[in-house]
Amino acid sequence: MKLIKAIVKPFKLDDVKAALSEVGIEGMTVSEVKGFGRQKGHTEIYRGSEYTVDFLPKTMLETVVEDDIVDTAVKAIVNAAKTGKIGDGKVFVLPVESAIRIRTDEEGAEAL
Amino acid sequence: MKKTLRLITLLLLSIAPGILLAQNAELAEAAGQLAEVTATVDTGNTAWMLTATVLVLFMTLPGLALFYGGLVRAQNVLSVLMHCFAIACLASVLWVVCLYTFSFSDGCAWLGDLQHLGLKGITAADLSGDIPETVFIMFQMTFAIITPGLIVGAFVERMKFSAILLFTGLWLVLVYAPVTHWVWGGGWLQQRGVIDLAGGIVVHATAGISALLLAKFVGPRADFPKRLHIPHSPGMVMIGASMLWVGWFGFNAGSQLAANQSAGMTMLVTHISAAVASLTWMVIEWKKNGKPGLVGIVTGMVAGLASITPASGHVGPLGAVLIGLMAGCICYFACSFVKGKLKIDDTLDVFAVHGVGGIMGTIMVAIFGTAAFGGTGVDDMVAQLGTQLFALAVVIAWSAIATTLIVFVCRLTTGLRVDQEVEHTGLDQAEHGETAYHFE
Repeated sequence: MKLIKAIVKPFKLDDVKAALSEVGIEGMTVSEVKGFGRQKGHTEIYRGSEYTVDFLPKTMLETVVEDDIVDTAVKAIVNAAKTGKIGDGKVFVLPVESAIRIRTDEEGAEAL
Repeated sequence: MKKTLRLITLLLLSIAPGILLAQNAELAEAAGQLAEVTATVDTGNTAWMLTATVLVLFMTLPGLALFYGGLVRAQNVLSVLMHCFAIACLASVLWVVCLYTFSFSDGCAWLGDLQHLGLKGITAADLSGDIPETVFIMFQMTFAIITPGLIVGAFVERMKFSAILLFTGLWLVLVYAPVTHWVWGGGWLQQRGVIDLAGGIVVHATAGISALLLAKFVGPRADFPKRLHIPHSPGMVMIGASMLWVGWFGFNAGSQLAANQSAGMTMLVTHISAAVASLTWMVIEWKKNGKPGLVGIVTGMVAGLASITPASGHVGPLGAVLIGLMAGCICYFACSFVKGKLKIDDTLDVFAVHGVGGIMGTIMVAIFGTAAFGGTGVDDMVAQLGTQLFALAVVIAWSAIATTLIVFVCRLTTGLRVDQEVEHTGLDQAEHGETAYHFE
């Protein structure tokens, strides 16, 4: 099992969710986060003074999938979230040791 | 017996005309008194002045409070609302205790006397012109409320609450009351013929200069000017600014103290200047930054209103357009000048918007108040310009001296600033024990 952690532009969330559903992924956790990468922050100007905003709003989506569909899922996310402009975000894939469904005590892939 | 009755009847008959005549005379006298009373109290004017008073209070509570509150960080918004509210209450009490008598009783050319200390001797029947004096007292009180309220913008996010109250109290006594007496209360500047309908000098110049100095004395915010925090709620800024716009009709048109043609023209030019200055500011921002901002357009509006304030009784629509244009340009660049060049953290641009605007309007009325620009009341432009500049110089100098003195007193007693940790975490929790926004 792998944890896919995708940080995307907030307005792309619906597209990413639809793309994941299409490849058969049925659950995910989404958080509103702030951050920056190469894009850095941006500046806003009020009354002629410049204000720097370091952390930009992003959406972080997490989902745990079986090893055989990791590549498909990542591809789906990347395709759906891409605008081609700076600030599109990143996808990380991490190993997961175990998973348990609380309601039924199922473990491993069955719990996903 | 019959004789006696006849005698009495005759007697009564002979007295009756006398009684009737006397009654007529009394009636006539009473009617005369009534006529006198109705001639002196103008109920139309009184109704308008009651309304104008409400409008001007509305400018501070909640107009100015929201306008300023939206411009600060989220952890300081309550402190700003609190400053405006507490200052309104403090100014009201001081107005009744001593500010009214210092401002508007006869006294000498420099200051009123003590005849109305604690509003002594003022009854419901007293008149000021053709409106009740109580209404005049209330109307002018709302000006004494908003003027120190304007200064709040200079020291937000870092000044101690106790110091703010002390500063405000002393400032009202030492700056606001004397200057009001000089310009509006029959004092020496009024005798010299200075023009200031609604407070370009009394309100905006005094508050602007004092704000600039106070910002300098209190010192800049911790991260100024490298890392500024963006206004937490431009929407709140717009709501507050719009209330200021509406309230300003009471401020300017109410300063005519009558519901007449002059008040009508004053309202018209006030509105024109606000709209022109808003658009001017917006266009400059659009050109310079690429985007027309909401905070920008509403700041332009406030600049336009502050600038037309002293001139609104003497200029026509053309003068109002020109003052609006100048307000939008000059105040825009004044903001960058104060923060960028002078390096003074007048945080919400009190001097650049109110001070510069009020001073500019006070000067321009000498020019746009002439018949050539469609104005009224200025015959000799050069002489009037001299009077305006002289009055400004004196008032600015006095405001600066008194503010410095008051800061000295505050430093010795309450201290001016909160400590670094409080400034970082925000005044709402540290000074007032409350939090503005809970998101659950």
